[in-house]
Amino acid sequence: MSGYAADVAALARKDLKLELRARDTLPAMLLFVLSTLVVFHFALPEGSGDEAAYGLLWVAIVFTALLGLARAWVPEREHGVLDGLVLATSDRSAIWLGKAIATFAFLAAAELVALPAFALFFQPLDAAAIAGVALANVGICAVGTLLAAMAAASRTRELILPLLFLPLTIPLVVGGVGSSISAEAGDYLLFLALYDGVFAVLSWATFEYVVVE
Amino acid sequence: MIRAEGLEKRYGRKRVLRGVDLAVGRGELLLVTGPNGSGKTTLLRVCAGLALPSAGSLEVEVDRSRLGYLGHEALLYRELTALENLDLYGRLYRVPERRERIGMLLERFGLWDARGERVGSYSRGMTQRLALCRVLLHDPELVILDEPYTALDADAAELLDRELAGLVEGRAILVSTHDPARVEPLATGRLALA
Repeated sequence: MSGYAADVAALARKDLKLELRARDTLPAMLLFVLSTLVVFHFALPEGSGDEAAYGLLWVAIVFTALLGLARAWVPEREHGVLDGLVLATSDRSAIWLGKAIATFAFLAAAELVALPAFALFFQPLDAAAIAGVALANVGICAVGTLLAAMAAASRTRELILPLLFLPLTIPLVVGGVGSSISAEAGDYLLFLALYDGVFAVLSWATFEYVVVE
Repeated sequence: MIRAEGLEKRYGRKRVLRGVDLAVGRGELLLVTGPNGSGKTTLLRVCAGLALPSAGSLEVEVDRSRLGYLGHEALLYRELTALENLDLYGRLYRVPERRERIGMLLERFGLWDARGERVGSYSRGMTQRLALCRVLLHDPELVILDEPYTALDADAAELLDRELAGLVEGRAILVSTHDPARVEPLATGRLALA
């Protein structure tokens, strides 16, 4: 394993270990996404159609991700650990990538419960919709991890993160809903993959400037 | 090894450092003193590369991976044990014979018996000793210590005195402290910030 990949693996593994110990992110995400779907189930009038239900699924996914991202850098804020990681890693983007992978794992775990619950309350998702969710997860975690790091350095982090993150998820929601309901799902999946590629490269390249004063 | 000329740091309109010059070579220890708010911590953070200077020049000859930095905070995960914290840093710094080195440092700083306990359960003094283990883990060439005696009891402070005396040879060291008398005998230079 190359040095960079070893750094990323060590950092992601550390985040998973921290979550297994503290259990303060994943249970909250699971509870949130399930309760949101239950509320939507009762809130949506009968005969509203698939489009409305898929739209609500994406609202639930985006806000569940936001919940996870808001907690993503909490362990690093305590005792100033981010400074230690910044000094110890030979390429600082490894910190971002390790965190993004861990956030992806938490979001995917929440969706492993949320998608069957959605199928139970509304209707099952087809393969294109599931591919849309997987691709959107990559974009959410890539850009969200960077924005969460920026917000973590601010005193008003609870306010700043949603203000920065939600506008940037609009293309993901468009692509995700499109891949779920459109006859040309492939085009929307391609759009999501393009978004992932562009924002992953941007986040990777700019992380260094976010963590140095 | 580290040289700064006319170093300035501003946060918004507030100027924290103004016109600081310093030079520390191998085998030298620079003692940084000054009252609260004089910019000691900011200066050390700039020297460590954690903050960028607003003006002036800074040359650090050693690679970041050869720098050991102790800040006001321990830079350790509270939910991980001492061993897990040092193992993570050891991996990131690519320390050869990592486990042996970690074991030796934990023994030296009297933390071997508490190696499996989470850092969140440590006292402030134990956390500071573990933070010093982290600083020395990768055998740094440039050592930057911001108030290293904070929370150390008399025995641990004497241990740090001995460590510092041993470290000076072949390394460049910057130390800020409110207790300059403690470091004065080892210091080859002094920088007083106003």
